[in-house]
Amino acid sequence: MTTQAEQQESAQNTGHVVEKQQRRWQDYFTFNTDHKVIGLQYLVTSFLFSFVGGALAATMRTELATPYSDLVSPEIYNKLMTMHGTIMIFLWVIPAGAAFANYLIPLMIGAEDMAFPKLNAVAFWMLPPAGLLLLSSFFVGAPEAGWTSYPPLSLISSQAGEAIWIMSLLLIGTSSILGAMNFLITMLKMRVPSMTIHQMPLFCWSMLATSALGLLSTPVLASALILLAFDLIAGTSFFNPIGGGDPVIYQHMFWFYSHPAVYIMILPFFGVISEVLPVHARKPIFGYRAIAYSSMAISFLGLIVWAHHMFTSGTPGWLRMFFMAATMLIAVPTGIKIFGWCATIWGGKISFNTSMLFGVGFISAFLIGGLTGVMLAAVPFDIHVHDTYFVVAHLHYVLFGGSVLGLYAGFYHWFPKMTGRMVNETLGRIHFVMTFLGLNLTFLPMHELGLLGMNRRVAMYDPQFQTINILCTAGSYLLAAASLPFIINVLWSLNRGTQAGRNPWKALTLEWQTTSPPAIENFSEEPILWAEPYDYGIDTYSVDREQQVEELLAEVKADAG
Amino acid sequence: MNIPSQITTLIIGIAVTLISLWYGQNHGLMPVAASEEAGQVDGLFNTMMTIATGLFILIQGALIYSVIKFRRRKNDQTDGPSVHGNVPLEIVWTAIPAVIVLILSLYSFEVYNIMGGLDPMASHDHHSSQLAHHQQMSTDEQDVDQSLIAFAPSQGQLALGLGASPKTEGQEASLTVDVMGLQYAWIFTYPDTDIVSGDLHIRVNEEVQLNLTAMDVLHAFWLPQFRIKQDAIPGRESQLRFTPTKLGDYPIICAELCGSYHGAMVTRLYVDTPEDYQAWVQEQLLASVDKPEETIALNPAQMSDSEFLAPYAQEMGIDSQTLKHLDHSHHESGTGISELNSSSLP
Amino acid sequence: MQSSAIDEAKIALNYHHEPEAAEHHHGHPDFRMLGVAVFLIADSMTFLGLFVAFLIYNLTVPEFPPEGIELELLLPGINTLILVSSSFVMHKGQSALKKNDVSGLRLWFGITALMGAMFLGGQLYEYSHTGFGLTDNLFASCFYVLTGFHGLHVSCGLGLILFVLARSLKPNHYSKESHFGVEAAELYWHFVDVVWIVLFILVYLLPLV
Ligand code: HEA
Ligand code: HEA
Ligand code: CUA
Ligand SMILES: [Cu+2]
Repeated sequence: MTTQAEQQESAQNTGHVVEKQQRRWQDYFTFNTDHKVIGLQYLVTSFLFSFVGGALAATMRTELATPYSDLVSPEIYNKLMTMHGTIMIFLWVIPAGAAFANYLIPLMIGAEDMAFPKLNAVAFWMLPPAGLLLLSSFFVGAPEAGWTSYPPLSLISSQAGEAIWIMSLLLIGTSSILGAMNFLITMLKMRVPSMTIHQMPLFCWSMLATSALGLLSTPVLASALILLAFDLIAGTSFFNPIGGGDPVIYQHMFWFYSHPAVYIMILPFFGVISEVLPVHARKPIFGYRAIAYSSMAISFLGLIVWAHHMFTSGTPGWLRMFFMAATMLIAVPTGIKIFGWCATIWGGKISFNTSMLFGVGFISAFLIGGLTGVMLAAVPFDIHVHDTYFVVAHLHYVLFGGSVLGLYAGFYHWFPKMTGRMVNETLGRIHFVMTFLGLNLTFLPMHELGLLGMNRRVAMYDPQFQTINILCTAGSYLLAAASLPFIINVLWSLNRGTQAGRNPWKALTLEWQTTSPPAIENFSEEPILWAEPYDYGIDTYSVDREQQVEELLAEVKADAG
Repeated sequence: MNIPSQITTLIIGIAVTLISLWYGQNHGLMPVAASEEAGQVDGLFNTMMTIATGLFILIQGALIYSVIKFRRRKNDQTDGPSVHGNVPLEIVWTAIPAVIVLILSLYSFEVYNIMGGLDPMASHDHHSSQLAHHQQMSTDEQDVDQSLIAFAPSQGQLALGLGASPKTEGQEASLTVDVMGLQYAWIFTYPDTDIVSGDLHIRVNEEVQLNLTAMDVLHAFWLPQFRIKQDAIPGRESQLRFTPTKLGDYPIICAELCGSYHGAMVTRLYVDTPEDYQAWVQEQLLASVDKPEETIALNPAQMSDSEFLAPYAQEMGIDSQTLKHLDHSHHESGTGISELNSSSLP
Repeated sequence: MQSSAIDEAKIALNYHHEPEAAEHHHGHPDFRMLGVAVFLIADSMTFLGLFVAFLIYNLTVPEFPPEGIELELLLPGINTLILVSSSFVMHKGQSALKKNDVSGLRLWFGITALMGAMFLGGQLYEYSHTGFGLTDNLFASCFYVLTGFHGLHVSCGLGLILFVLARSLKPNHYSKESHFGVEAAELYWHFVDVVWIVLFILVYLLPLV
């Protein structure tokens, strides 16, 4: 054991060497502990999986263009559907949230790295094996019981695939628990000394809420999966009625995680939107504290509403009433955010770059999903639409219209920071328009389908629904096509995009104070808070040339010193 | 604020209210309402649609307005006004949604109560333990009868499903039918007449009580035109109690994923006049006297899928070719009852 | 290097933000201990999930445990005593270290490890004498999965203790100031202990009521 002093000295030495180093592309394929590398690893991995999940969705929609099961057998359809849901949720949106968290948290709070960099890398490296494992289930018969895997069906269909599904989810779950630990402790303990918790950017607040949820709910999924695995592999009957078990208990345990999981999927992007809007509207966020605390309120309420997915299963009546009221209450903190964002752009000076377009598109689409969510919470109505396309419409409006549009908003916003290059705005706008139209074309008609009587998870349906289904299918093709301008844009901009400079958006949060892409040690010296994160318009002093930032910094430093 | 802008606000407010109220009543999104419960649910849905439309127009309107009005002009490099918040405004937009959801909760509670969701006796939750002693869920007819007995209600406390509405609490429904879901069909047993049938006949304007359970996996019994749904859970009983108000025939749909042919698990509900119903009962009784072994396809394991699905094919619009195709693909995989029996028992 | 979870260089860099942190350091848990605590919160949720499932079975399943299944109380009772007292023994080890007495640490941790091994041995013995198998009935399955999952934690804790013992053989590895590994192992052990007490009440005592 080296002494403290020695330790510090050697660290400074290595720090010095590191400073000279440049990131090489090989680093991205290794067990690297730099949070920026890990962030990008998460991001790219999750996008790769998204194409797989999207391709599955496109196949499903093609099958659903006719009421008969003519493209794939119903059984294969169920496999596609199960894998689509699982991949999109566990391998795209959740890791993408972790990607932003990894990349941004240390930069935003002025830290060198995460609290536990090695643990962070371990958490990431659990993901690709888990994803590949999941995909490998196609070779042994993919699971076909839906992403919810309700027993007893999950115990008797595609057992090998189901076992793989469980293993994969256990890995992903562990990974996100480790990630959440890291985020939480980093934010609580490693902010630059001058930053109080109320000066943290709102993205960090939303990650506080997300991490708390992840820590408290993911382990319960693990226990559900462990019991399910015993039923499946060892032949116990925790959830198997033949043998005295109770399938409803699985549902409780599953949703105790998976409802919070929907907030794990949306809260990071609420955070992203709270960053994107003020910057591009040149106006402070409206109601900082309200938005910060509402994330906490959402995460607390999110823990006590899970049974709203079980209104037609084995929940007693009075419990349904409790869960209904608690669920509806979530509209209040979420409304605070939505109204706060509207008020933020109201009266601003909005630049319509791609990031902002996605930001506004997010509010618009998420609103629809949120409003249908509140309808679903009303028990008598949910009894009618549960397990129908109305729910499918809801979940895509919040997940695609919410999480994914938010993801794109953040992607375009921080792309210059991550790569040092600007994106092509024209291609970006085309991407936005196609995505937004495609999204509404695909998912808006699904509301009507569900209300009229089309149940979900079916490969064959009543021919009276065909017209509407064709609309949805057309929309999904538009969405598939929308990924083209996106991919081209990213590849082109990576090589040819104009140099971004350190702060192309003239933003005030700390990550913009360092170079783009940031140096390996993030900041060449300890960053200084010279403004609150959203102090736009204090003086109309324009900080457009980099020099001025530098000067300003020097000034503030002189003051502080 | 000057007067003109107040007037515009007022006009906008009135317009939004009117549009929402109109759309809330005229969205035309729901299928026919064929039961008393359906009317209740539609009332709730229309209210929620009204509120949602209002909020939708308001917020999307604000977004579109901002997007047009507050664009950054060319060469304007300045920031917007430094407004950090407005506490009264924030209180307003916290309080209004809180009030709305409170009202919605109370309204839903009321509707749910009228529908019978809070009837403490809604169902005698019967747990599956007896099944444990049931060594084999064999599919020959005799044993199925036994397993039906095993599912007979016992004394539990949990209420599952919709029971008697407060008006009829304590009364028996005029018709009781036992419903069993299995991959991939519904089987209806009429305890008073011992009729066993693959579709459901009930009398118009008379309350029915369905006792639901399932044999293999979860299913959900859904009547879209009646706005009611309840999971059928193996080893447990749940119930649905409702009053049909319109003659006709309606689809009965399985809403819970139950295997490959979940989508084909559809049958019909006939709401008959008392006379028609009686005629049907007679017919059934005669038929069962004639050839008892054919009363019901209780034996799906021995049927191929196409045989099994044939009765439903018409409704599903599946032509015979598709059925053949199904037959083909399904045999390779076998998620049938037979597999359940062999695989889930230790 | 005391633990695997942390890159020393990064910590040091961190202090570089706040030079006085080095002085604060001794005696205070740095955030690695916080990390362990946060992890244990998450882990306790796993147990909570299993316990609540058990409780629901206990409430809703008639005959739980079914007739003919009775748990022997003597051996698990002794086992409980061993595990609970091992927590105190272990604490003596840490106190010894606080006085820079590394051999005391070794002694007490060694005894703890022995007690842990005895617990595990007792449990294995119990398994082989219960007279019921994993899949016999719901109660049996719960019994094995719950105690087994806890046993897995005990084994991990035992591993940690042995790891600390091995490390303590290196001269100057642990001292009054530097004892993250010791503290972490101890916190984990206490956690496993508390979980056992809850588990014991639920699985062994509740069915008697
Ligand atoms: C990102 C993911 C996400 C998010 C954020 C949400 C948000 C919400 N969800 Fe959703 N939900 C899913 C993902 C998500 N959901 C998924 C994946 C499923 C299906 C799972 C499956 O079965 O496969 C599902 C299913 C689902 C159900 C079960 C349906 C069923 O199966 O029968 C319910 C029921 O209560 C529900 C409710 C809600 C509510 C009330 C919200 C609220 O948080 C919404 C709050 C937002 C607003 C209300 C809008 C903004 C607020 C205002 C403008 C204020 C004023 C508003 C009012 C007064 C109404 N959701
Ligand atoms: C974040 C989550 C997310 C996202 C983004 C999506 C995106 C999409 N989803 Fe999905 N969906 C879910 C989560 C998500 N979904 C969940 C949780 C379920 C429930 C599952 C269950 O019931 O268990 C579900 C279910 C679901 C259903 C219902 C299935 C059923 O009940 O039978 C449908 C049907 O239309 C559907 C369609 C789509 C479509 C068209 C898209 C489109 O937006 C996709 C657009 C993208 C593309 C089309 C990709 C384009 C790229 C390529 C085509 C390139 C291909 C490249 C290679 C092959 C290398 N989804
Ligand atoms: Cu039966 Cu779906
Ligand atoms: Cu939910």
